[in-house]
Amino acid sequence: MVETGATPNVSFVRRQVSRIGRVMTSPLLPDDYFALIRPRWSTREVTGTVVRVNKERGNASTVVIKPNFPLEPHLPGQYLRLGMEINGIRHWRAYTITSDPDHPEGFISITSKHTEGGRMSPVLNQFVRSGQQVFLGEIEGEFTLPDPLPGQLLMVSAGSGITPILAMLRELDRRDRLDDVVHVHSSRSADDMIFGDMLRELADRRPGYRLVEIHTADHARFTPADLDHHCPDWRDRATFLSGPRELIDAVEEHYDAAGLSDQLHTERFQPVIGNGGGDGSGGTVRFRVSECDAECEAGVSILVGGENAGAKLQFGCRMGICHTCVGRLQDGAVRDIRTGAITEASGQMIRVCIHAPEGHVEVDL
Amino acid sequence: MPKLEATPNNPLHTLTADQLEKLGQEFDALHDEIYAELGDADARYIRGMITFQRRLIAASRGVLLFSRFRPAWWAGTAGLSIAKILENMEIGHNVMHGQWDWMNDPNIHSSTWDWDTASPAAAWKHSHNFVHHTYTYVIGKDKDVGYEIFRVDPRQKWRPGYLLQPIGNVVLMLTFEWGVALHDLDFDAIKSGSKSKKQVAQELKAIGVKARRQIAKDYLAYPGVSAAATAAVTALNGGDPTQAARDSFKATLVADAVANVVRNIWSNAIIFCGHFPDQTFMFTEEEVANESRGGWYVRQLLGAANIDGSPLFHIMSGNLSFQVEHHLFPDMPSSRYKEIAPRVKEICERYGLPYNTGPFRKQWGTVQRTILRLAFPGGGPRPKPGPYVAPPEERAERERLVEALPAFP
Repeated sequence: MVETGATPNVSFVRRQVSRIGRVMTSPLLPDDYFALIRPRWSTREVTGTVVRVNKERGNASTVVIKPNFPLEPHLPGQYLRLGMEINGIRHWRAYTITSDPDHPEGFISITSKHTEGGRMSPVLNQFVRSGQQVFLGEIEGEFTLPDPLPGQLLMVSAGSGITPILAMLRELDRRDRLDDVVHVHSSRSADDMIFGDMLRELADRRPGYRLVEIHTADHARFTPADLDHHCPDWRDRATFLSGPRELIDAVEEHYDAAGLSDQLHTERFQPVIGNGGGDGSGGTVRFRVSECDAECEAGVSILVGGENAGAKLQFGCRMGICHTCVGRLQDGAVRDIRTGAITEASGQMIRVCIHAPEGHVEVDL
Repeated sequence: MPKLEATPNNPLHTLTADQLEKLGQEFDALHDEIYAELGDADARYIRGMITFQRRLIAASRGVLLFSRFRPAWWAGTAGLSIAKILENMEIGHNVMHGQWDWMNDPNIHSSTWDWDTASPAAAWKHSHNFVHHTYTYVIGKDKDVGYEIFRVDPRQKWRPGYLLQPIGNVVLMLTFEWGVALHDLDFDAIKSGSKSKKQVAQELKAIGVKARRQIAKDYLAYPGVSAAATAAVTALNGGDPTQAARDSFKATLVADAVANVVRNIWSNAIIFCGHFPDQTFMFTEEEVANESRGGWYVRQLLGAANIDGSPLFHIMSGNLSFQVEHHLFPDMPSSRYKEIAPRVKEICERYGLPYNTGPFRKQWGTVQRTILRLAFPGGGPRPKPGPYVAPPEERAERERLVEALPAFP
């Protein structure tokens, strides 16, 4: 299948109309005909309209979006996938939701930093105007404030990695719990810091929030060893980390060495999985459409097994986010490689990049 | 099975391995060139086509509410027939081929599309996209060689059952959508046991569900709505609502049936003309063993035939009138076939290969002749066209374009 937006929550009445109307419109949905009158009337996926674009410091823009169906409430730090059509092709990227939860009109915003040679960020930063239609994925992400809140917090961020940290800091401020938070942030310069003004204002207003800015244009790059200097009691603090991959790798290593990896919270997409190892029995896969049989050892995804057996399969992220690789599970049972959860076939769609067979399975791919 | 003889003078064997490799590269390059250009304009084309088709079918269904009145019946039936043809051919067939997958639009995508016909999408994608387009016209491998029921090549062994072929042919024309649905089950695979019982059961169930929905829609729901609407109007005017409802139900039911049959006859004709005219070759398994990429392209060229026609004819045939281009590049948006046709011809000419095409009358006529002749034992290979030679006006046009477009204007 192909990456698609979230399924909207529609009212009971609307669902029944659709169900009954389908008798007249099969194999399409009544929605497909409603959409001829107003595209927004389709309930096939959640879409949104850009309301406003605000320029931020550091070559970034905040895009405010009005969803056409109410979104699930989100927690500060979570993200969603944003889809946009560029020259006839729909592209998707995941962005942290930077707006506060419970916006009175249900708006959300994302903040994107312009990346040279990128596909979506140049469009979001230069060409998007209010009225533009976008597609919205599900609210996702585990990188959120824990409950109950730890007493002392340390935030470490760099560049556009500020977005989930900002969302959490604003939440702490709203809940009046900004008691003892140290925030070490790297940006190229003071001017270049995304949300710099907002955070400096917050630091002025809240004595419990200490902002340490590192400007890499004229100072040395941040290394985890600098924590002893910026925040001597870092060992006692629950740490939230967000930034480029090198920063995350370095800080994780530092915390592992200190035996403190339990205290470190970070959002990082899993590296490529599905190449073997882990629990499960493995098994055999029958690809019904491409007439191919594959064997998968324990921990080998159906996708990898199929590719090894010569099947041409579609894929995108290969880590369970984008749903490009999905196929219908017709027979057998599969194990989610990430969680170990086992699912029995009931004709449902599965992401073959994160599922390994348990015994023999058959998929419509 | 007795060893099959290769067709004599099959152009597949006149090219050297080196030439085949070059040919493969040229076709690959043509494909990549078009794919690199795909963008907004192409997206607008398919969306426009889908929107037009949906408006047309909605309007036709609306007009058929008054199917009791002659002019409404004719207009509605004509509109519905055209809409169903467009939906199956220019839209459904091509979307399910993945021709529009590059747009990444989940609502116009081979993995999600289902069409307004009896055949469920998944089974069709297997038998057509995979089996037919991979093993194109390899006798014994491609189940579309006579669809497992007809003898369309003299090398297929004759059986008395083939005597019924001329009748079967007419029956298949009228009920083509059901024939396709059953064909997708792949009776050979069921007999040989290469398909599990469970899969067969699931596929039968899928056909059943699809059939129920199609029948409920065309033969119950819409006639019912027509009947209700007419009865209400008649009652308001003080007439006999029962009789009006009955007439109306029947008129709409017949209109839907006629539209389905028109679509069946048309799609059957276009599809048969794509592969069974005299010009086309079929292949033995030995001929295609260890085939190169270039060899695969040549087989597609030889196994398919185009139909000449107007732009409207091409759209109504789902651009399968460019069957040659479609077989070379099954995943290329159909709207681009017309544009690449001259370049395909030019490549054919340079490599001394035929480019099969002809007017609809001729293509359809030779198909019917073959089906009738091969119902009886015997039969020999039909005359095949020689290498493609551009007619003078095409050659003049080609030269004019070269002259007209200097590299540095």
